[in-house]
Formats: sequence, structure tokens, C-alpha cells
Amino acid sequence: MRFALVGRPNCGKSTLFNQVAGYKAETGNFHGTTVNFTESKVRVVGDVINLVDLPGTYTLAGSNPAEAVAKNYLASNEVDVIINVADASHLAQSLELTLELLAVKRPVVLALNMMDEAMRMGLKVDGPGLEKRLGIKVVPLIASKGRGVKGLFLASKDAVDVHPEYGLRFSAFEDEALARHIAGQELAAEFVHQGERNLTLRDRLDDVLLHPIWGYATLLLILLAFFQVVYGIGRLLEPPLLAFFDRLMFVAAAPLGPLSFWGVVVSGILQGVTAGIAIVLPYLLPFLLGLGLLEDVGYLPRVAFLMDSLMHRIGLHGKAIVPFILGYGCNVPAVMSTRTLEEPRDRLMAAALATLVPCAARLAVVFGLVAFYLGPLPALGLYIFNLFVIALTGRLLTRLLPEDTPGLILEMPPYRTPTLRAVFNKAWFRIREFVVEAWPTLIAGSGVLAILSYFNLAIYFNLLARPFTWILGLPSVVGVPLIFGILRKELSLVMLGQALGTMNFGSVMTPAQIFTFTVFVMFYVPCVATLIMLRRELGTKGMLWITLLTVVVALAAALVARGAALLLL
Amino acid sequence: MRLLDVEVGTWVKVIGFEGTEKFQDRLLQHGLYPGDQARILRAAPLNGPLLVEVSGRELALGRAVAQKILVENVE
Repeated sequence: MRFALVGRPNCGKSTLFNQVAGYKAETGNFHGTTVNFTESKVRVVGDVINLVDLPGTYTLAGSNPAEAVAKNYLASNEVDVIINVADASHLAQSLELTLELLAVKRPVVLALNMMDEAMRMGLKVDGPGLEKRLGIKVVPLIASKGRGVKGLFLASKDAVDVHPEYGLRFSAFEDEALARHIAGQELAAEFVHQGERNLTLRDRLDDVLLHPIWGYATLLLILLAFFQVVYGIGRLLEPPLLAFFDRLMFVAAAPLGPLSFWGVVVSGILQGVTAGIAIVLPYLLPFLLGLGLLEDVGYLPRVAFLMDSLMHRIGLHGKAIVPFILGYGCNVPAVMSTRTLEEPRDRLMAAALATLVPCAARLAVVFGLVAFYLGPLPALGLYIFNLFVIALTGRLLTRLLPEDTPGLILEMPPYRTPTLRAVFNKAWFRIREFVVEAWPTLIAGSGVLAILSYFNLAIYFNLLARPFTWILGLPSVVGVPLIFGILRKELSLVMLGQALGTMNFGSVMTPAQIFTFTVFVMFYVPCVATLIMLRRELGTKGMLWITLLTVVVALAAALVARGAALLLL
Repeated sequence: MRLLDVEVGTWVKVIGFEGTEKFQDRLLQHGLYPGDQARILRAAPLNGPLLVEVSGRELALGRAVAQKILVENVE
């Protein structure tokens, strides 16, 4: 038996899915498309049901290919019952989609979700009346608290094979968005009654959180707290993890002979395993949990609202702020989060600019080199310079790829209490993507690099990087750390000691060289894990294009830095 | 009159949209239809977006978007 969940964005559909789905949910693509859905086996009231969570959609008839795919899928016999999740607090809009679903002529059950919210707004929904009029089962639901879930699935089981006659009555609405809109309003007017409305917490919260001054102040505080907490967790987890894997590498390579071919290959592969774990646990996990929390509370759309005007100056709109925030932790979730943007052009722009944001690993390089040898002020200056470079790159890119949409159109959802389970499930789905897609490549890449360095081929990297190091006035031996830095950004710092033959970089590199090197590391080629996510989100062409862009930006920025350093230092 | 020119708090009626078909579709998908009553709840500073209430929901609309929405006064 297969049930499909369909509903508008923010109707609580995913909350319902996460309530019942185990962690065994599979993400898949519809045949021959990039439109994805999530499916999970769910055990409810004694049966195992395949539950499919379709992407949130406003209509089945839109221009978006995802909507056409969803419509064909629902009309096919693969789905036994369509569960239409509606937001009871905004029933008129939700019913538009319901009317469209009725025209698909498959069994439909209507779940009136967020009944608690509707009650708070003083709305009284006449479920039985609606049931009679639409000719389908209508069930009340509070997905966030798990109430009504069992009743919904029982009703859905009863609906299997009940072949509906309502299809004909409503099929007139199939092609007429305006007619559906009016019918939705009429149905809501008939079956929803407005009682006493209390001024909600939302109004009072928004007065502060969207305030022209306090809004930005709280945004800053929330972001500071966010970074403090997730960086704090990362700092706590990373050193013991790395120490453990260093030890493991030593133990594993020792019997093979640490300098033998197999010893080098095994430690190279373990190096890749470590890199994956060092990204997932300290950075990806806390950042994605934090993002999920901000998302489910309903704060992210408020951030988009506040930052829209600033983002327009670099050729994007407010929704694109999320990749930038995440980029400071790790570029991998930053690139993943560009998925929420509608326009392909915006996704490309946001991903390109977000990969220029210095992640935590690059922060380590800045600290280890510039802050250590030149002092905290140049390090701070570097971060401001970085913002400037991103803004300039954004403006130049906008010349090449003009904004083709007039701007932000974004629904501002009410604030909600997030459930831990939903937040964890969401983070888990995103992490699994990284583990399945990026990690194997990272491990293979490490192995290949290890083999290259075993045969002493790594020194050719110096030759490969020579045009860059020459033009920037850097010693040619920094080529190897630069190439290894693509694997994991902090390797640029770690390998530098090996390449220079001393850990006291100040004795072999001038302050200007240290500064120039750090600026180059800040911008050039994203790390392998980020590259793989770029390829997944934007395709090979997009990935190569962004890689080229970062090299050009890095070179230009490092040349500017070299000039400035020669003048100032 | 355009939605952009309406004062905060005043209810108006949406009468139509300008712009490409794709853009108009996106407004419809977000539940903004000709005939709906709307009002601006607040505006972000520095030419930022407007927060607009339409049939009990709130939408953030960039100013260039609001510029393309035609409205009239309601008595």
C-alpha cells in the first residue's frame, strides 16, 4: 500500500512525515528527472505502508517541471491514497490544491493540520460539513504534537479502492486557477467561522524581530549565539577525533612500514576517512541541527526579510542569505542550502559567492598564519577584505548574469515550536547525502594523492602551481600545500611546515608572503567535499565554472594583497 | 495606484499585476489574486521588502514586486 503526502509549503507535511517515518527513509528521483521525493516504510495500525513525501507545492498545474511530475505520479496507479495535508488556519488557500487533487480522480483524504493554530486564531472549522460537500474523508490533525495521526492513517486505509465520484463534479476546476481560488474562498467562507481573535504572540514577536533597529540587533545576537554554540561544539569534538585518527593511522601503517608503498596508501586512505569525519561531526552536524532549528522555528524567512535589501546590492535577494551564514561554518551545507532558491541563476550565483566565504578550516589557516605572525588586526582586516571581495564579485557577476526576477516573494510563516525529532531527521537526511556522495570521493582522492607523493610525484605540484606562486612572489615549495589544501583546507597550513622544512614560517617567508599566501588560500578552489556538493547541485559545468571563478578571484585578491602588504608591512 | 505607494496599515484591493507571465504565476502560487484585499504591515528599512497581509497570511514582497501590483482603494 502506498500513500502520498501532498500539500502547500509550510502546511506541516514534513512534520507529519517525520513523526511517522523511521530513519530508514530513502530519497529518490522520479524517473528521468531531478525532482526528488522521500519515501519511507511506516508501520501504522498493524500495516506496513510506503509513505511518499512529495515536495511542497502550491499547485499541480504550474510551469514548474516538478509540479507536472508530481501530477503524473499521483494520477498513476502507484499511489493508493493521496493524503492532502491542509493548513486549517489558512483553509481557503489550502483548498485550492485540494480541488485540484480531486480532479486527479484518485482516492483523497484531507487532513486539516494545525488545528491548534486555527483555534488560537479563533477559527472554527466545520469538518463534517466540508466532508459532505467535498465527498472525501476530512480528518483533524496536529502533526507537530502527533495528535490525530492514527486517525488519519485509519481513514486513509478505509479510502483505498473507494473510487470517488466527486472527480467529475470538480474537474471543471482543473485548468482554472482563478476559479479554484474563488471556490476555495467560498468553501472556506461556508465552513470556517471566525470567532474571537486574540492578538497573537507572533505580532508581538515580529514587532521586535522585524524592527528596523531591534530586528538587526537581535539578528546579530542570534547569529553570534548560533556560531558560538556550533563552533564551540566543533572545537570540543575536533581535536580528540583528529588525535584518535592520527593514532589509528600510526597503528595501521606501522606493521606495513610507514614509508612502504602500502603503508603510505593505507595512511592516505585513512586520511580521507578522517577528513570526512572531521567535516561531518564537528561542523556539518551542529550546523545542520542549528539551521534546522532556525528553520522550524520560522526565523529564517525573517532573516531573509531583513537582509533582502543588502543582498540585492550583490545581485541576489533575501532568501540567499542562508548559504552565506552557513558558509562561515562549512561550505558544504552552504552549497546544499542553495537548493531553496527558485531560479537556477540565483542558485549558481549564491553557490559561487558562498564558496568564497571563509569556512572554519580556512579560519584555522588565517589564525595560524596571519594572526600568529602578523597580529590580530591584519587577520580582522582579512575578514573585512573578504566581504569586500564577495560584494565586488557579486556585482561583477550580476553584469554577466543579470537578475531576471523582480525580487523577493516569500511567505512569512507563523512561529512554531520545533520538534526535536523533525530537526534531527532533517539534519540526518542532509548528512546522509554528504556521506553517500562526497565521502567516497574524498577517500579515493586521498589515496591517489598518497600514491603520488610516494612516487615523489607531488613535487610536480610545485611545477603545476608555479605560474601562481611566481606571479604572487611566493616560494615554489608552497605548491604542494596548496594542492593538498583542495583536499582539506587546513592541510594548506599543516603541509606548509613539511614543505618549508621548518615550523617557524616567519624565518623563511616574509610577512608580505605570509599575507599573500593566506589571501590566496582564502579564495582559491573549494575543497573536494564542496566541489562534490557543487556538482550535485549545479552539475559538472556549474562546478567547473565556479572553480575557475575562484581561481581568478584568488589570483586577483592575492595580487591586491601583495601590493598592499608591500606598501604597509 | 501601485501597492508600493500605499501607506502602512491601509487596506486596498488588488486589481491586477504587471510583468511577465512567469512572474504573475508566482504571485498566484503564493496566494495573491486580483480581487483580494491586502494591507502593508511593515516595511524593511533601506528600500527593503514590504510585509503584506493577504487573506490572513503574510507575504514578504520586494519593492520591485510591489511596484508591479496594481491596487485600488476600498471604501
